[in-house]
Formats: sequence, structure tokens, C-alpha cells
Amino acid sequence: MSTAIEIRSAVKRYGTTTALHAVSLEIADNAFFTLLGPSGCGKTTLLRCIAGFEDLNEGEIRLFGQDIARLDPNHRPVNTVFQHYALFPHMTVLENVAFGLKMIGVSLDDRRARAGRMLEMVHLSAFADRMPTQLSGGQQQRVALARALAPEPKVLLLDEPLSALDLKLRQAMRVELKTLQEETGITFVFVTHDQEEALTMSDRIAVMSQGRVQQVGSAREIYEAPVNRFVADFIGETNLIEVTVERIEGDWARVILPGGHVIRCAAAGTSPGKHHLSIRPERLSLAKTGELVATIERVVYLGTDLQLLTRLTSGEAIQVRLQNSARTEVPAPGTQVALHLEEGAARLLAD
Amino acid sequence: MAGLTPSGQGNGSGYRRIVAPLLLPTWLMIGIFLVLPVLLMAIYSFLTKEFRGGVIWDFTLASYDQFFLNRGLFGDEPPVIEWTYITIFWRSIWQAAVATLICLAIGFPTAWFIATRPPRSRAIWLFLITIPYWVNLLIRTVSLKFLIRDNGPLNEPLMALGLITDPLPLVNTNLAVQLGLFYSYLPFMVLPIYAAVERYNFALSEAAADLYASRWVTLWEIVLPVVKPGIIAGCILVFVPSLGAFLAPDLLGGAKTFMIGSLIDEQFRGSQGNWPFGAAAAMILMTLVLIVLMFYARAQAREGAR
Repeated sequence: MSTAIEIRSAVKRYGTTTALHAVSLEIADNAFFTLLGPSGCGKTTLLRCIAGFEDLNEGEIRLFGQDIARLDPNHRPVNTVFQHYALFPHMTVLENVAFGLKMIGVSLDDRRARAGRMLEMVHLSAFADRMPTQLSGGQQQRVALARALAPEPKVLLLDEPLSALDLKLRQAMRVELKTLQEETGITFVFVTHDQEEALTMSDRIAVMSQGRVQQVGSAREIYEAPVNRFVADFIGETNLIEVTVERIEGDWARVILPGGHVIRCAAAGTSPGKHHLSIRPERLSLAKTGELVATIERVVYLGTDLQLLTRLTSGEAIQVRLQNSARTEVPAPGTQVALHLEEGAARLLAD
Repeated sequence: MAGLTPSGQGNGSGYRRIVAPLLLPTWLMIGIFLVLPVLLMAIYSFLTKEFRGGVIWDFTLASYDQFFLNRGLFGDEPPVIEWTYITIFWRSIWQAAVATLICLAIGFPTAWFIATRPPRSRAIWLFLITIPYWVNLLIRTVSLKFLIRDNGPLNEPLMALGLITDPLPLVNTNLAVQLGLFYSYLPFMVLPIYAAVERYNFALSEAAADLYASRWVTLWEIVLPVVKPGIIAGCILVFVPSLGAFLAPDLLGGAKTFMIGSLIDEQFRGSQGNWPFGAAAAMILMTLVLIVLMFYARAQAREGAR
């Protein structure tokens, strides 16, 4: 598969603060790629650098091999869906969608036809002659999408486009965006702070924090095999326990838990010494007997799940998530239980 | 639900009982300072002139007749169109229009500059724009005349440097009048445009650039249409007072730059004045301005209905 965007040691500074610390990334063509991270992690800055609204201080951005880092935004064959849509308020919906086509010199009839087809694709044909202010947030969102897709960019950049929508609409749009990406074959670079959004849509995800890319991988990889505490903690819920790696045997590490309990888990490139262990709450279950003994402190009813807040005899708080089925026995707070750790449920982190 | 509606909203008489007294000061202000003077002028324009100023309460159309028609020295010839005053009006409109365009050309970049500064320094720039307006308009206009006269601080250095051999003939020209009007009313252009640009969402410019628009195209197709209400407000605020101005034309212009403001001003001065004629000229000027504003309002309404 060819590479759509290649970013090499991109550095962006604002005065004395550095927004991007030598970020390098490769984004494959025809992929749904997500930049995920908390606010202030540099994901939007990186997107704006790709679009050309910000200039890099150092580094390269290559679009299908061509260095575009020094081009003005109007000379970059990428289009953007803005967070607050930025629809032109004095133009009709159709004029908004046709604007990019007009700028690249498509004739009036052609651009009307193409903009019309774009509106059809986002199910807004009936609204072609409305002004943007007469549309709901979700509809404006679709217009912004149609406007950015109309010139058939090589790459579509989306800056938290769903954040202003309500939950139901957001969930519906996720599916629609993913379908749209697959149908058009355009590379989508999607920025979000919402990990659920990232997990459901993306082919690949780059998790960012403090101006650095922490991990790049598929949704499954970053959830199942986080490389460090930040990724493990940011994606989903997890139990982080400080452990000691006693020794490494090939691909496996011998790990001592705080209570002295010893487990075996994938070494994941670590070396002996202090490390953190990430255990997903849903990968733990209750057992009648076992070596990992904990006391139930609280039971939280979540509908589909039950969340158990427990404490190991060594003092660490551990969350357990049980599926809520008819057969689930709900232990009362105060009872002592044994926690069962599935094979491969614990993940050793680099830090 | 009834308890949740603001009191009076659903209840006409209660609304009137509470709000009407609160509106009274507004109505009084409009009545005393707007309706009454205009009404007075309207009535005066139909009265007969008294010789040493003032009016005689005889209703007549003579002032309007005098403005538009020439019936010869003794008023007994067949009427022909009197061009004197129409020419003055036309010249005034032209002068005011040029002054407005100069204000726009200078005022828009100025307003843009201020609105794009960091919020803290915007206040300082706005303050600097308004400082000259703490000085009386008459004094400022006289100062401007001093500045541009033949041996003033503009011409002298230019001649000393040998850039020009004769002083630039500025005083008593149309250009001087336009300069005076521009200088008098520039803030009225800057402030509304500033307000519009400050509210402008710069993401729109980014969106335009993203969709392959150059800077100029973005300015023409996106920025100007979006801040248009501010530009139009600025143009009206400069054009209307420029049209009726008399200080700048009087002090900076000559006989050839006589404008409506001066014409009206003259009618109310001393014993050679003609109050009804001055009032008639003022009413005609006002009608003209209202027609312009009406077209604007209708254009706005059409746009709003789109």
C-alpha cells in the first residue's frame, strides 16, 4: 500500500512552548487514520500543519512523495472539515459546496452538478438553497463534509468534526463517516479526543500526548497492547499496578506483584526492574479460590455491566468489570474473593 | 408553564402597564429632539421670509419654487429649471461620495489592523483613533488649513528639498474639502468596520484558503461580504454628515466648492438670510438622505429574506 502522508521530525514551537516534538508519522493511502489525544497534546496543531494553516519550524511533510511543508494552504491538495464547520454564512448550501470547485476553475454547470451529487451523498439535496444558519448542527456538519469532499482531495482532514453534535447524532455520523471513507477511497486524517470515536472508526490510530506520538497501531493493538502508562490509561479503563520484573526468559517476563504473587506475561521489550502492569477490568473475573485475594469495597451497577471496586490484600485498588447476565452473582461489599487473571490479560508497560 | 413565562409576555395589558412608563424617557427624547425640530423645519419651509431674518406666518410654496425654478428677476417670466441649487446639491453629493470612498480606502485597512491585534492592544489603538476627536471640529479644520496652505509645513519642506518648485495648490480646491471631510469623519468609518471585523470568524478565511482561494479572492468573496453590514454602516455614517457639512467646505474650499451645508448655514445667518428657503433646502436634503437609506433598508430586507 502506498503512503499518502509522511511526516518527518516535524517540530512546531509557539514562543517558548513546543507543540510538536520531532513528530514522525506515516499515513497509508486509502486509510482512516486518527490522531487521538487529550486537549493540548498537539493533534490539532499537527493537522493544521498538514493543512498549511501553521508552518513547521523544522521537518518535512510529504504528500504522495511531494514536500508540501512550505506551500500555502490554497496550493495543497488536501481539504479540511473544521470543528465548528466554518460554513460561509452569506452563501447557500449549494454555493458553499461548490466554492472549492469554483476556485479550481470548474465551469458553472459542472460545479452545480458535482455539488448537487455531493449533497445527495450526504442526504441534503432538499436543502441546497437554504442558508447555513437555517440548518441544524448535524446538517451543517454534513454540508461541511460535502464542501470538503467536493474538490476530490487526495487527503481529507477532519478536526474534531463530531464534537459539537449530540450523542445519538455522533454515533450515527461515525458509521456514516467510515462508510464515506470506504466509498470514496480518500485518505481520512481524523482528529479527536474521544477514544471511543477513534476505536470505532479508525484503521490506524496515533495516540499523542505532550507533543509526541506515543503509539501508532490498529484499534486492537493500542487497546490490547499499549506500550506505556499514558496509552494504557487514556484508552479505555485500566488497572495500573507497580510491579517488579524479576527476569526475562525469551519472550516472557517473570513478574512479581505487590503481594508477592508471581505471574508470567509477555516481556514486550522490557528489562528487569520496576515497571507498570496494565490489567483491563473486563479481563478479570471472580473465582472461588486463588492466590490473588481481594476484598470487595463497592459494587456499581452500570446496566450492561457491574463494576466492582476491590482492594488487594497488599493494598492496591483493583477494578473488575463483570457482564450483567441473569447468572451473575453479585457479591456483597466486604466479602473476600479471589481474582482470576486470564492468560495474557496483563500487559507489561515500558514505564 | 404559565408561571415560567416572563411576566407580561403572555399578557398584553400587564406588559403595557410595566413597560410603557419605562419607555417614556425614550419617547420624550425622540419627541423633543427629533420630531419637534424636524416638524418645525418642515413648517418653516412653507412660510414666508421676513426681511431681517425670521418668518411671516403666511403659508406658501415659494421656497421650493425658488429652489427648483427660475421665473426671472421679477418673477413674471415663464419658469425654467433653476440649476444653481441643483448644481450645489449635485456637487455636495459628489464631494461626500469621494470623501466616503477615501474614508473606506483608509478606514478598512485601519479597522482590520486594529481588529487583528491582541485584545489588550486593541483598546489602545481605538483610543488613539478617537483622540483627535477630543478637539473641537472647527479648530481641527483650521489646523488642517494651516497644514496645507502655500507656505505651510507641508509645502515648505517639499520646496526646500527641491521636490516641487511651486507650492502644491491645495487650499480652496475640491481635494482640500475632501481631505477635510475625510479627516472629520474617518472614525465613523473605522469604528463600525472594526466592530464587524472583530466579530469575523477567521476560520472562514482558513476554509476559503483550504478550498484553493487566494488571499485576494478570499477578501472579495468571503471577508467583504461577511463584514458588509459594518462597511455599509460606516459609509452611511460618513456620507450623511459629509453631505450636510459646512465647516470643511467653508474653511478649506472656495466659491467653486460651495456645498449644501454652507448654503443652508448662510440662510440662517444675519439679516441677509432666508429662513424658509434654508428650511426648504434642509428638507430637500433630508428627503434625499432618506431615499438613499430606504433603498439600503430594502436591499437589506431582500437579503435577509433569502
